[in-house]
Amino acid sequence: MADFAWTIPLWPLLGWLALGLIGGRLPRPAVALIGCGSVALAFAAAIVAWVTLPEDAQVKTLFPWIATGAFAVSVRLSLDALSVVMALVVCGVGLLIHLYSIGYMAGEPGYSRYFAYLNLFIASMLLLVLAGDLLVLFVGWELVGLCSYLLIGFWFDRERAATAGRKAFLVNRIGDAGFLLGLLLLWRAFGTLDIAAILSAPPGALAGGAALAAPLLLFFGATGKSAQLPLYAWLPDAMEGPTPVSALIHAATMVTAGVYLVARLFPLFAHPPLLAAVAGVGALTAFFAATIALVEWDLKRVLAYSTISQLGYMFLALGVAAPEAGIFHLITQAFFKALLFLAAGSVMHAMAGRIDMRALGGLARPLRATMLAFLIGALALAGIPPFAGFVSKDLILERAWHAVASGGNPLLFPLGLLTAWVTAVYIARALRYTFFDPPAQSEIAPHESPPIMLWPMAALAALSIGGGLLGAHVVGAPLFEFLSPVLASPEDAGQVGITPAFFVPTLSTAAGVLGLLLGWTAYRQHRDVSLGWVGRLFRRHWYLLDLYDGVLTHAARGTARFLAGPVDLGAIDRAVNAIGALVSGGAAALRRLQTGYVRQYAAVILVGTVLVLAYWMAR
Amino acid sequence: MVPLPYYLALGAVLFSVGMTGVLIRRNALIVFMSIELMLNSVNLTFVALSRQLRSMDGQLAVFFTIVIAGVEVVVGLAIIVEIFRSRATLNLDDIDLLRG
Amino acid sequence: MELFLFIVTATLALAGALTVIGARRAIHSALALLVVLASLAVLYLLLEAQFIAVLQVIIYAGAIVVLFLFVIMLLHMATGEPGSPGPRRRQVAALGLAALFVIGLLSAVARPSTALPVVATLQPDFGSAELVGRQLFTRFLLPFELASVILLAGIIGAVVLAKGTLPVTAHPAAAEEAE
Repeated sequence: MADFAWTIPLWPLLGWLALGLIGGRLPRPAVALIGCGSVALAFAAAIVAWVTLPEDAQVKTLFPWIATGAFAVSVRLSLDALSVVMALVVCGVGLLIHLYSIGYMAGEPGYSRYFAYLNLFIASMLLLVLAGDLLVLFVGWELVGLCSYLLIGFWFDRERAATAGRKAFLVNRIGDAGFLLGLLLLWRAFGTLDIAAILSAPPGALAGGAALAAPLLLFFGATGKSAQLPLYAWLPDAMEGPTPVSALIHAATMVTAGVYLVARLFPLFAHPPLLAAVAGVGALTAFFAATIALVEWDLKRVLAYSTISQLGYMFLALGVAAPEAGIFHLITQAFFKALLFLAAGSVMHAMAGRIDMRALGGLARPLRATMLAFLIGALALAGIPPFAGFVSKDLILERAWHAVASGGNPLLFPLGLLTAWVTAVYIARALRYTFFDPPAQSEIAPHESPPIMLWPMAALAALSIGGGLLGAHVVGAPLFEFLSPVLASPEDAGQVGITPAFFVPTLSTAAGVLGLLLGWTAYRQHRDVSLGWVGRLFRRHWYLLDLYDGVLTHAARGTARFLAGPVDLGAIDRAVNAIGALVSGGAAALRRLQTGYVRQYAAVILVGTVLVLAYWMAR
Repeated sequence: MVPLPYYLALGAVLFSVGMTGVLIRRNALIVFMSIELMLNSVNLTFVALSRQLRSMDGQLAVFFTIVIAGVEVVVGLAIIVEIFRSRATLNLDDIDLLRG
Repeated sequence: MELFLFIVTATLALAGALTVIGARRAIHSALALLVVLASLAVLYLLLEAQFIAVLQVIIYAGAIVVLFLFVIMLLHMATGEPGSPGPRRRQVAALGLAALFVIGLLSAVARPSTALPVVATLQPDFGSAELVGRQLFTRFLLPFELASVILLAGIIGAVVLAKGTLPVTAHPAAAEEAE
C-alpha cells in the first residue's frame, strides 16, 4: 500500500492552514493555486490508493487519542473499497468545483477565506470517510457541519445568510444528539468504537432494544446531515451561500455523509424493522421534496429540494438491502447535481445574481454552453437512458420492486416511480423557465461564463453522460466489482417472478419521458400552472413546518419565558443578591472594629492573648 | 541561687506594666517606650531559661531581638517624626486615617 | 548575696517601669527607661549572660534610649505637655485587663518547674562572647545574614522617611518661628 495514499486528508488540511494563516496577504492567483492544488494532490493520493488497494481493508493508526482505562480511542484511518470510492468522489468533484470557484468568486472579497473554508471542508469530509473509528468519524461529521455553517453564512453581513447558517448548524445538532446517543449505546455493547471491530463482532453482542435503538439513533443523525424527514428544513435555506458551495456541500458530498454512514454500518441495520424504517423515510422524503420542488420559484431552491429527493432515493436503496445501489446513486447524483448547481451559478453570474425564475428566461442563445450543461444534468436527473442518472435510479427502482414482490412494504415502489415522474416534471419546468421564453422586460445583457467555469461543467457533463457505465451490468458493473469486498452485491436480479427483465426500466423511462414532456409543455411562456389546493399543500410543505412551529417552537418559547422570569429573575437572582447583601451586611458590621486607633488594636490583641493563655492554662 | 520562678515572675510583671502603658497612654513616644519595655521583659525570660536549660539558644534569641529592636526603633521613630511633621500632634487618638 | 542583689535590682526595674508608663513628661519616661535597661543588664550578669549584658548596655541603653531622647527633645517644643492618660472608663478597663494578664502570667510561672531539666554543671565560658560568636557563625549563620539585611533596610527606610514627603500642615509654634 503506497504510503502516499495515506496522505489524502493531509493536503487539504495544509491548504486550509496556509490559506487561513497567510492567505489574506497572498495575491489571488497564489490563493487559487494553493486552494486547488491541495485538492488536486488529495485526488492524486486517492487515485494511488485506488490503484494499489489490496483485498483487505488497510488500517493505519495515527496516534492514540483518548486513553482512560475503559474508554480508549485511537485516531485510525481505514482504506478500503468504499472509503476509496468516496474519497475519489469528494476529491474529484471537489477539485472541479474549486476550479469553477476561481471564476465564480473572482470579484468577491474574502477570496482566501472562501478557499480556506473550502479546503477545510474537503479535509473534514475526507476524515469522515477515511475514519476507522466512529468517534473520529464523528469528529469529521461535526467538522463538515461547522464548515457548512461557515460557508452558508459566508456573506455574513447578510441577515438571511447568517440566519441560514445558524439554522443549518442547529438542525444538524439535533441530529447529532441522536448520533451521540447511538454511539453511547454501541460503546456499551461492544466496548469499542472501532468500526472494524464493531462490524466483525459476534452477532449477539448488540442485543434486544439496543440492537434497534442504536442504529435508529445513528440514522436519526443521518437524517439531520442528509436533510431527510424530519430534519430537512435547513437545506433549502442553505442556498444563501455561494453557489459552488451549494454544489459541493449540498449536492455532491456533505449531505451524502448520512448515506455513507448507513452504508458503512450496514450490517448493524440488517434487521427488518430498521430497514423498513430507513426505506420508508427515504421514499417519503423523496416524494415530499419532489412535490415542493414543483412549486418553488427560486431555481437554487428547486435544486435543493431535488437534492433532498434524490437523497431519499439513496436511503430507499439502503432500506431495500441494496447499499451498493445507494452508493452508485450517490456517485451519479454527485455528477449531475453538481452540474446543475454549477449551471445555475453560471446563470446567476450572467444575470447579476438573479435566481428567481420569474425574472429569467430567454437565455438559451446567449448562454448556450450553460444551457447545454443544464440540459444534460436535467436529462440525467430525470432518469433518461443512457444518462448516468437513469442507470442508478433504475437500479434502485428495480431493487424496490424486488423488495415489494418478496413481501416488503407495497408503497415503496409506487412512491419511487411517482417521485421519478414528478422529478422529470419539475426539472423540465425549471429548464423551460430559466432558459427559454424571454420574459417581458430584461435590462441585463447576459454573457456566457468564462472558460474556467465552463470546463468543470463540461467534465461533469461528460461524467453525467458516461457515469452510468460504472454500474451497468452490461459492462460488468466495475463499481460493484470493486465494492464487493465491503458491500456484498447480489447478482443482477433479472427475473423477478413473472415480470420480465426490462419491466422496471421501461416503467422508469416512461415516467421520465412523460414527465419531461408534461413539464416542457405545461410551463411554456412562463405560465404559472395553478394546482389549486394541491399546490397550496405543496407550497406549505404539507403543513409540516406549521406543525413544527406549533409543537416545538411554542413549547420552547413558553419554557424559555418561564425559566427567564420566575426562575432566573425571581429565584436565582434573589438568592445571589441575598448572598451579596449578606456579605455587605457582615462587612458593615465588622467594619466597626476598624477604628483607626492603634491603642484599640493593641487592646484587642491583648484580649485575644488572654483568651489563648486561659485556654492553655485550662488544658 | 535565685530560683528561676523569680526571674520569670519579674519578666511577667514587667511585661504587664509595659502592656498597660500601651493601653493607657496617648503619647506616641511613651507608647513606644512601653513596647520596648515589653521586649526587654521577654529578653529577660529568654536569658533566664537559657541559663536554666544550659543552652546558648536563648541568648542567641536575645541577640537577635536586640538587633531587630534597634532597627525597629529607628524606623518607628522616623515614622513618628514624619507623622508629627504632617499632623503636628503626637496624640495617638488623633491619628485615625485607617478608620474603616 | 545574690538574692539580695536580685531583689534590689528587680525593685529598681519595677519602679523604673512604672515611671515609664506613669510619668507626666516624656523625658522623665525616657530616663526611667534607662534605669530599667541598666537594671536588666545587671540581671543578665547575674544570669551568666555577660555578652548579652554588654550588648544591652551598648545598644539598648546607649543607642536606643539616646535616640528616644533626641526625638523627644526635637519634638518637645511642639508637643507641649503630653496628653493626659485619657477618659476614666478606658483607664479602668485597661487596668483591669492588665491585672488579668498579670495574674495569668504569674500563675503560669508559679508552677513548680519539674518539667525543666537541670543539668548540673555549667560550662565555664557560658555566656561569653566567644560562645555566642561560635553559634552565630555556625548554626545561626542565616539569621545573622538576614539580620544584616534587615539593618540595611532599616537604614534605608529611615533615610527615606526622614527626607519628608508628606505635606506639612502648619503648626502655630512653627509658623511663629518662621515669621
